[in-house]
Amino acid sequence: MILANLPALQVVIPLIAAPLCVLIRHRAIVWGFTLLVCWSTLVVAGLLLSQVLTTGPLSYALGDWAAPWGIEYRVDVLNGFLLLIVSSISAIVMPFARESVTKDIPENQIPLFYAAFLLCLTGLLGIVITGDAFNLFVFLEISSLSSYVLISLGKDRRALTAAYQYLIMGSIGATFFVIGVGLLYMMTGTLNMADLGARLPKVLHTRTVLAAFGFLTVGIGLKLAMFPLHLWLPNAYTYAPSVVTVFLAATATKVAVYVFVRFFFTIFGVPFVFETLPVGTILLTLGLAGVLGASTVAIFQTNVKRLLAYSSVAQIGYMLLGIGMASVTGLTAGILHLFNHAIMKGGLFMVMGCVMYQIGSVNIQQLNGIGKRMPWTMAAFVVGGLGLIGVPLTVGFMSKWYLVLGAIEKGYWLVVAGILLGSLLALVYIWRVVEVAYFRPTPQESPSVQEAPLSMLIPTWILIGTTLYFGVETSLTIGTADQAARFLMERSP
Amino acid sequence: MTHNPVLRVMAKLMIPFILLFALYVQFHGDFGPGGGFQAGVIFGAGLILYGLVFGVETALKVFSPTILRIGIAVGVLLYATVGLAGIALNGKYLNYNVLAHDPVHGQHLGILLVELGVFITVASVMMTIFFAFAGRKS
Repeated sequence: MILANLPALQVVIPLIAAPLCVLIRHRAIVWGFTLLVCWSTLVVAGLLLSQVLTTGPLSYALGDWAAPWGIEYRVDVLNGFLLLIVSSISAIVMPFARESVTKDIPENQIPLFYAAFLLCLTGLLGIVITGDAFNLFVFLEISSLSSYVLISLGKDRRALTAAYQYLIMGSIGATFFVIGVGLLYMMTGTLNMADLGARLPKVLHTRTVLAAFGFLTVGIGLKLAMFPLHLWLPNAYTYAPSVVTVFLAATATKVAVYVFVRFFFTIFGVPFVFETLPVGTILLTLGLAGVLGASTVAIFQTNVKRLLAYSSVAQIGYMLLGIGMASVTGLTAGILHLFNHAIMKGGLFMVMGCVMYQIGSVNIQQLNGIGKRMPWTMAAFVVGGLGLIGVPLTVGFMSKWYLVLGAIEKGYWLVVAGILLGSLLALVYIWRVVEVAYFRPTPQESPSVQEAPLSMLIPTWILIGTTLYFGVETSLTIGTADQAARFLMERSP
Repeated sequence: MTHNPVLRVMAKLMIPFILLFALYVQFHGDFGPGGGFQAGVIFGAGLILYGLVFGVETALKVFSPTILRIGIAVGVLLYATVGLAGIALNGKYLNYNVLAHDPVHGQHLGILLVELGVFITVASVMMTIFFAFAGRKS
C-alpha cells in the first residue's frame, strides 16, 4: 500500500508536516520533527529512484483520475535523480539548521520558519515529480511564496528589500510561465506533459505556440537566474538566513534548470527548439556571458556570501552551456553539473553559515587570519573552492571535463576557451578569500573566535566530503546523468 | 467609526446575512458555482466588516490570533488527511470513491470535507492578514 503510493507521499509528507509545525509550536520538537520529515522524504526519493532504475518510468494518477485528464505524477531517471538531490540536501541541511537558526531567527518565529521551509521543500519536490504543466505552476508558486518568506526572515533589514525584489521578479516569471502554459492549452487542449509532447508537433508552426515558447523560456529563465535575468539572486542569497541560503542555492535554481530541460526536451522536442529555433546558440551565448560576466563581478565582492551568489550565476551558465549543446554529452555534463554544483555550493554556503555563526559577519575584512582560528571550517572552504575551480579529484573537474568534451565534439572552440577562462576567474575569487583567511595576520584586538559547533561542522564536511567522493567514484553520478540524457534525447518528440 | 449609529445598526443587520451567505456558497458548491475558497473569503469579509465597525479588539475577542493560527493549520490538515484516507482505504491519494459504501456518496463526502478544509484555512488567512495590518502600531 505504501510502496504503491510513494510518488504521492513524496510530496504529501512535507505538505502535512508544515501545518503540524504551526500547531506544535515547541522549538526543539519542531526541529526534531522537521528533521524526521526531511529524512523520510530522502528515503522515499531513494526508493523511487531505485524503482525507476530497475523497472523504468513510474506513473501515478492522483485521485485515480486517468492521465491526460487528471493530474499525473511521473517519475523517470531525470526527475528521480532530481528528487534525490533535493531531498538529500534538505536532509543534510536540517541537522545544520538547529544551531544556525537559533542565532538567525527570533525565537517565536522558529516554528513558523520550519513550516515555511517544509512548504518550500513540498513545492520543489512537487515541481520535479509532477507530469502536469499547470500543476507544476501551482508547486512553483508554493515554493516561491515560501522562499520569499524564508528570505525575508534574514536578520539584516536589507533582507526585506531583497525578498521584495525577488517577489516582483519571481511573480513576473511565474506569470509568464502560466501565460505560456495557457497558450499551449489553447492550441492542444491538454496540460499533461507527455500528452503535450505528443500533440504539439501538429501545431508547432503556429505563432501561438511560438509565443508560448517565448513566454515559458523567459519565465523559467527568471526563476533559474539565467544571466541577464539574474538580478534578484545576489541580494536574496546574501541577506537570507544562512540555512535558507544553503537550501535555496543548492536546490531552487537546480529545480528551475530541470523545468527548462523538461520543457525543451520532453514537451517541445529537440528538432523544434534546437533546429527550427536558434535556442542552442542563444543558450550558449547567454551561458558564456553568465560564466565570464558573473565570475568577473564575483572577484570584486567584499561580502563572501555575495561573492558565492555571483559564482552561482556563473555556474548556472555552465549548466546552460551543457543544455545548449543539445547532445548526449552536453546534456550529461549539464545534469552532472546540476548535482555537482548543488553539493559544492551547498557546502560552501554552509561554511559561510559557520563563519556567520561565530563572527556575525561574512565580510572579507573580518576574515583576516580566520584559517588559523577556524581550521576545519576554512579547510572545507578550500576544498569546496577547488571544486568550483575544477581541480582534478573534485566533482567540479568531472562536470567541466564533460562540458569540454561536449564542446569539442560539436567543434565549439570558443566555448572551450570560455570554460577554461571561467575556471581561471573562479581561481581568482576563491584565492582572494583563501589569501585573507590564511595569509593575513589575525588582528590583535579581536575577540577570540572558536571553531563552529560540531552539529554545523559535520553537515558541512558531509557535503564537502561528497564533492571529493563523487570526484573520484563517478559511476553513480555520471551513470545516472548519462542515462537521463540518453532518455531525454531519445524520447524527444 | 465606532460612534456612527447608522454604520453600527446597518453592520449588525448585514453581518448575519453575510455569514449565512458564506455558508450557502460553501454548501451549494456541490451543485453550482461556489466552494470553500469563495465562501471562506465571504465569511472572512463579514468578520472584517465587524472589526472595522466595532473595533479590532472586539473582533479579536472572538477570533484570537491563536484560534486563527490553529484554523489556518487545521484546514490544510483536513484537506491532506482526506487524501491520506484515500490511501488508507486502498485507493490513490485523494481518491474520494473509496470513502463511502458507493462512489457517488464517497465523492460527496470527500469534496464536502476537502472544501470545509479550504473554507477554514481561507477564512482564517483573510482575517489574519486584516488583523496583521489593522493591529500594526504606527
